Amino acid sequence: MSTPTVNAQGSTDRPTWSRGLDLSTPLAIVFALTLCVLVLLPLTWLLIYALTDTKGGATFANFKQLFTDPAFVDPLLISLGIATSVGVACCAIAAPMAWLVARTDMPLASTVRLIVTASFVTPPFLGAIAWELLAAPNSGLLNQLYRGWLGDAAAEPLFDIYTIYGLIFVITCYTFPYVFVLVANALERVPGDLEDAASMLGSSKWTTARRITVPLVMPALMAGLLVAFLQAITLFGSPAILALPAGFHTITTKIWSLFQYPPKPELAAAASLPLLFLTVGLLRMQAAILGRKSYAVVGGKSAAPRLIPLNRLRLPAAAFCFALLALPVFLPYGALLNAAFSKIPSQPITLQTVTLHNFNFVYFELSATKLALKNTFLLAVLSATIGSLLALVIAYMTSRKAVPGHRILGFLATAPIAIPGIVLGVGLFLSYTRPPFVLYGTLWILLVAYVTIELPSAYQQMRSAFHAVNLELEEASRILGATRLQVLAHVTGPLLRTSLLATWCFTFVAVVRELSAAVILFTSETKVVSVLIFDLKESGDLAAIAVLGLSMLVLTAGVVYIANRLVGGTPGVRLRNN
Amino acid sequence: MVGMPNRRKVIVGVGAVLCASSTRVLASAPAAVGITPALIEAARREGKVNWYTAMDLVVAETWAKVFEAKHPGVSVRVERSGSERLFQRIGQEMKVGVRNVDIVNTADAAHVLPWKRNGWLAAFVPEEVAAHYSAAHRDPDGYAVTVRLYLSVIGVNTKLVAAADMPTSFADLLDPKWVGKLVKGHPGYSGTIMSATYQMVQALGWGYFEKLAKQKVLQVQSSVDPPKKIAHGERAVMVDGGDYNVIQHKAQGAPVEVVYASEGTPTITSPNCIFAAAVNPNAARLFQCWMTSAEGQQSLVDISGQYPIHGQVKAKAGRKPLSEIKLMTENPAEIDLQAEAITARYSALFKV
Repeated sequence: MSTPTVNAQGSTDRPTWSRGLDLSTPLAIVFALTLCVLVLLPLTWLLIYALTDTKGGATFANFKQLFTDPAFVDPLLISLGIATSVGVACCAIAAPMAWLVARTDMPLASTVRLIVTASFVTPPFLGAIAWELLAAPNSGLLNQLYRGWLGDAAAEPLFDIYTIYGLIFVITCYTFPYVFVLVANALERVPGDLEDAASMLGSSKWTTARRITVPLVMPALMAGLLVAFLQAITLFGSPAILALPAGFHTITTKIWSLFQYPPKPELAAAASLPLLFLTVGLLRMQAAILGRKSYAVVGGKSAAPRLIPLNRLRLPAAAFCFALLALPVFLPYGALLNAAFSKIPSQPITLQTVTLHNFNFVYFELSATKLALKNTFLLAVLSATIGSLLALVIAYMTSRKAVPGHRILGFLATAPIAIPGIVLGVGLFLSYTRPPFVLYGTLWILLVAYVTIELPSAYQQMRSAFHAVNLELEEASRILGATRLQVLAHVTGPLLRTSLLATWCFTFVAVVRELSAAVILFTSETKVVSVLIFDLKESGDLAAIAVLGLSMLVLTAGVVYIANRLVGGTPGVRLRNN
Repeated sequence: MVGMPNRRKVIVGVGAVLCASSTRVLASAPAAVGITPALIEAARREGKVNWYTAMDLVVAETWAKVFEAKHPGVSVRVERSGSERLFQRIGQEMKVGVRNVDIVNTADAAHVLPWKRNGWLAAFVPEEVAAHYSAAHRDPDGYAVTVRLYLSVIGVNTKLVAAADMPTSFADLLDPKWVGKLVKGHPGYSGTIMSATYQMVQALGWGYFEKLAKQKVLQVQSSVDPPKKIAHGERAVMVDGGDYNVIQHKAQGAPVEVVYASEGTPTITSPNCIFAAAVNPNAARLFQCWMTSAEGQQSLVDISGQYPIHGQVKAKAGRKPLSEIKLMTENPAEIDLQAEAITARYSALFKV
């Protein structure tokens, strides 16, 4: 690093940075234009398609069909029902768990928190497949165990995953961590002195909790409810696995089915727009709710809140948390391991039946494996690199107000968060299957999709990192004549190395588990692992899926582990489901 | 608009029907070609062939490995998906000018018709096809050859169904005792199920499916999945799905049995086509020649238990001869016209 050192006399021991042209403004313009293309082009095409008929004439017929044809209204209503249930269920599970972890002396609290974070790594489609292995009404491992225990092979199943309740359950399993992280963080930020004051004024523990803690955490819980609702309604992965056998469509699987023969991109575009508007609206609502929380921290720095002693309930509390974590983590991973090493995925392995046959098949016989792994790895590395650099530069420009119009840059970088993966997939497909950018059939279209999808979280991470860096260092370099870009490259950049690396890692992980956009945009030459798993699901090749899924988990868990070592905390919340 | 040119709206050309019993033998087909050293050399220079196929993944990969062992230097990339999904993907890729598919094996023989109309196929007749295949199994213009022949059958898990309860007909499956115990594939994804649905509608009418839809059927996509579901004991009976998959599971020790319905059993002929825009045309030709040769066909029959098409290939031991089974008849030309309506009506009935 060629950062000049400053000697005792205050002059640099090298000539000052050559006062080159400050490229930040032109660069900002280039970035803004790039972001416009990335974000606005697909949305524009969505809108155009939604308003045209098959012959290209202007029409509202697509929307009319969307809101009158039961084939569309039912999925829309089902999705709303699922999302509401998931939102409520997530809060019901995450709130007590977050309270136990953040505010009590429950043993192993940090382990619980770590495992919740780890459950983010599980792609929702893989979780759904694992739960199929566990809770398919007849061949599911849990149902087999249950019937064995009853001694009645014909008993009604304990769980039936092929139902709307099964789907709600699975989505909840992989959505509640979002609520958990929000609520746990909020609980930790509750000023301890407020609670102390309440106790001193004579209120009991429970009154304090009811009158002080709960109201202060309520905004985070409400925000969590909205996030969970949003995740559930825009999710493609889990419904894609479970909705068909359960005999219904959600709005996302319906959009996907509109790309099956005969493709109806106009209707797909029209069906995407309500999701888009809903997301924008809910995100605004969430921002408004979270914005209100500022009243909670007025009054400067507070003491950390006191931990509540659970006494005799310490062990039961920990047991409760681990029992809950069995649902998204231990049981599904166990089922995947079982399927990977078993000849018949639904049969519990024994020492006699354990086999490496499935690994042999996936790695040496399945001719799509190598290409899919290569594509996935290449795309994840490229998207993570481009995405985090893009986020770095934009976050620098906005947090340092480096260029006029930096707000627009910030807005554009955050905007894709409002675009559900499947909607973006449809938009990108419509945009890049025509001149001037015919990217369909190349890895570029997937790269564009991944960078666009992951940019908001990368940008938000980098922006908060910038807020933590003292401005004085940058100002000193500026006074010594460095341009903004030089400052970024030689001063701020190195200081942000850890955050940048963390952002890189999380983008990498998010790309590896992305399915909803990829499933619209892939071709056989540009297939990625998530799509390969999705295709294997079509023909019910569960053992191969288990092997590929576990390989994927090992890869992503490794990267998350490294990221956690580098930055600590629970940054997993930045991942979005798809 | 993006998407496929509508395959159903174009009038079917006379003589274009794959399975038409025709006295014309290879009317306008090119001269038959055998495997020559020059072809092998050209294929080797290309090094690989992209094969889109709807057959069971393990069967396809195993069969492709036999070819690779016979012709080292040419690797097969198996792209497996349901025929209807392959059809959609190929349409989408061709429309945008993406050249990925060299050779395709579809379970919906009707796909050949729109591909021919669009001028997407390359005419190519392997020597052994000209010599050993009946007219029913080759396109008169040389654009398609049947490489596999199998049935869509009722399958039963014998551990879950007592001998006395064994269904013998499709009508039996409407009995209330099967509520929640049936599994079937979907014509919107699987070519086998598309063809089977057409044949069953001809024989039993849509009324049958209306009643079937009330049986709480577990709906899966591919025709190779229902056999897995009964083999694993997830459901007791499959309404449709590949017979060869059931036989394979049985050979591996699963408690499953094939039932040939008294109303008849849907027949599936699954053709191979080479695409005119193939990036690896020689490898595709070599692969086509091998797949349709006595050696390739015997290998497929031995691996999978599908029915022989090649005159010199012996059926797998233990398979019930086709002549002893009451069969329903395929009609690709009609499916070509009706597929869209079949999927729509089916989806409306089964809600997916």
